[in-house]
Amino acid sequence: MSSLSFEESKSIANKTIIILGLITIFEVLFALLGKGYLIEGFHIAHVITGGVMIILSLVKAYLIVYEFMHMKYEVPGLVRTVLFPTALLIWAIIAFTYEGSYWGTSRVNVKNKIEVPIK
Amino acid sequence: MASDTMTHEHDTTHTTGQDQGSWKGGSEPFKASYGKLMMWYFLLSDAFTFSGFLIAYGALRFSMPSWPVPDFVFSTFPGGFHHKPLLFVTVMTFILLASSYTMVRAVQEGHRENKRGVVVWMIWTILGGAIFLGCQAWEWNTLIAGEHMTIKVNPFGTHTESGKYLEGDGREIKEGDVFTAGTSYLIHKNDGEWAPLKYNVTEGAAAGTVKEQAFGPKAFGALFFFITGFHGFHVFSGVAFLLIICVNAATGLYTRRRNGYEMVEKIGLYWHFVDLVWVFVFLLFYLL
Repeated sequence: MSSLSFEESKSIANKTIIILGLITIFEVLFALLGKGYLIEGFHIAHVITGGVMIILSLVKAYLIVYEFMHMKYEVPGLVRTVLFPTALLIWAIIAFTYEGSYWGTSRVNVKNKIEVPIK
Repeated sequence: MASDTMTHEHDTTHTTGQDQGSWKGGSEPFKASYGKLMMWYFLLSDAFTFSGFLIAYGALRFSMPSWPVPDFVFSTFPGGFHHKPLLFVTVMTFILLASSYTMVRAVQEGHRENKRGVVVWMIWTILGGAIFLGCQAWEWNTLIAGEHMTIKVNPFGTHTESGKYLEGDGREIKEGDVFTAGTSYLIHKNDGEWAPLKYNVTEGAAAGTVKEQAFGPKAFGALFFFITGFHGFHVFSGVAFLLIICVNAATGLYTRRRNGYEMVEKIGLYWHFVDLVWVFVFLLFYLL
């Protein structure tokens, strides 16, 4: 367990929640700005807004896991057993989104499509 | 009786100084108790379950030429407000973040053996979780009862070409309204029947032909309801466990066990994980 005093850990928690809140507000405003809701006719490319928001969400995840869940104060072995398996997901995300876009591009080649009526 | 025995055992372990509780294999691995370690690995496996869902969402979304635009789909707010993109879900995010903060405070109070502090901060956490569930119920109700989205039918579509409506829906769209590619629309139900609007294509190779609003990607409804539902189920069970542990803390059970409110710490880990998953659900469903 951490060797922080009650006052120290309280002030860390206060700082962390404020940063998390600010990031969330920024994300939402940035999403709306990028899609042209805030300034008429002003848009930002989806690649940029998306990239910024993915990075900010990862920062939020880091803060939650490292400060709120106290991962920062655990021994390195515990941190590794949790984070290394999680790192495998990076490949899963790349592989499956790549596969997904392949489904999209090959859909036009499907012959004898089955049309399902919507009731 | 049981608690008496427990206290007794604990006293003897303290006198011998070597034996810590039920762990008899030397020093504890990773300097963490069995329960905490297993909570971490449960959360790891749960993270993989959620990742499976979210990656399926990503793959299906990438395979579609268009996808419902989140700031069009999620733009209602309680009290009859419309066209407030992402406002309600931002409120929900803040409620969950706040409940995560109160949980941190409860764990900290547990470290200094302050029973009153633990119980008070846990009650705030339970309240936050319950309000979040209420918000989710409202959101689901709007989508199911108001907008008729089901796991099979997705009435949120996106235009892929410019055009001009030949009829109005009596709500937002009027006859003669023009739209461009990328404009979102919601197909309404009239007297229980789907009523997609007809429009004239004004651009491209199909210019001049009459078309009908098409339904959006079918998988959207199922993905949305299953993923947010699975997350909501985690919030619900979290609230149930928080309640149990809050009552236990209030009755002084953890003071008698003398293990520094470890149960509060464990449920804290779970609760932060629920918040962590929401960060990614929020990112993938609402922001991107």
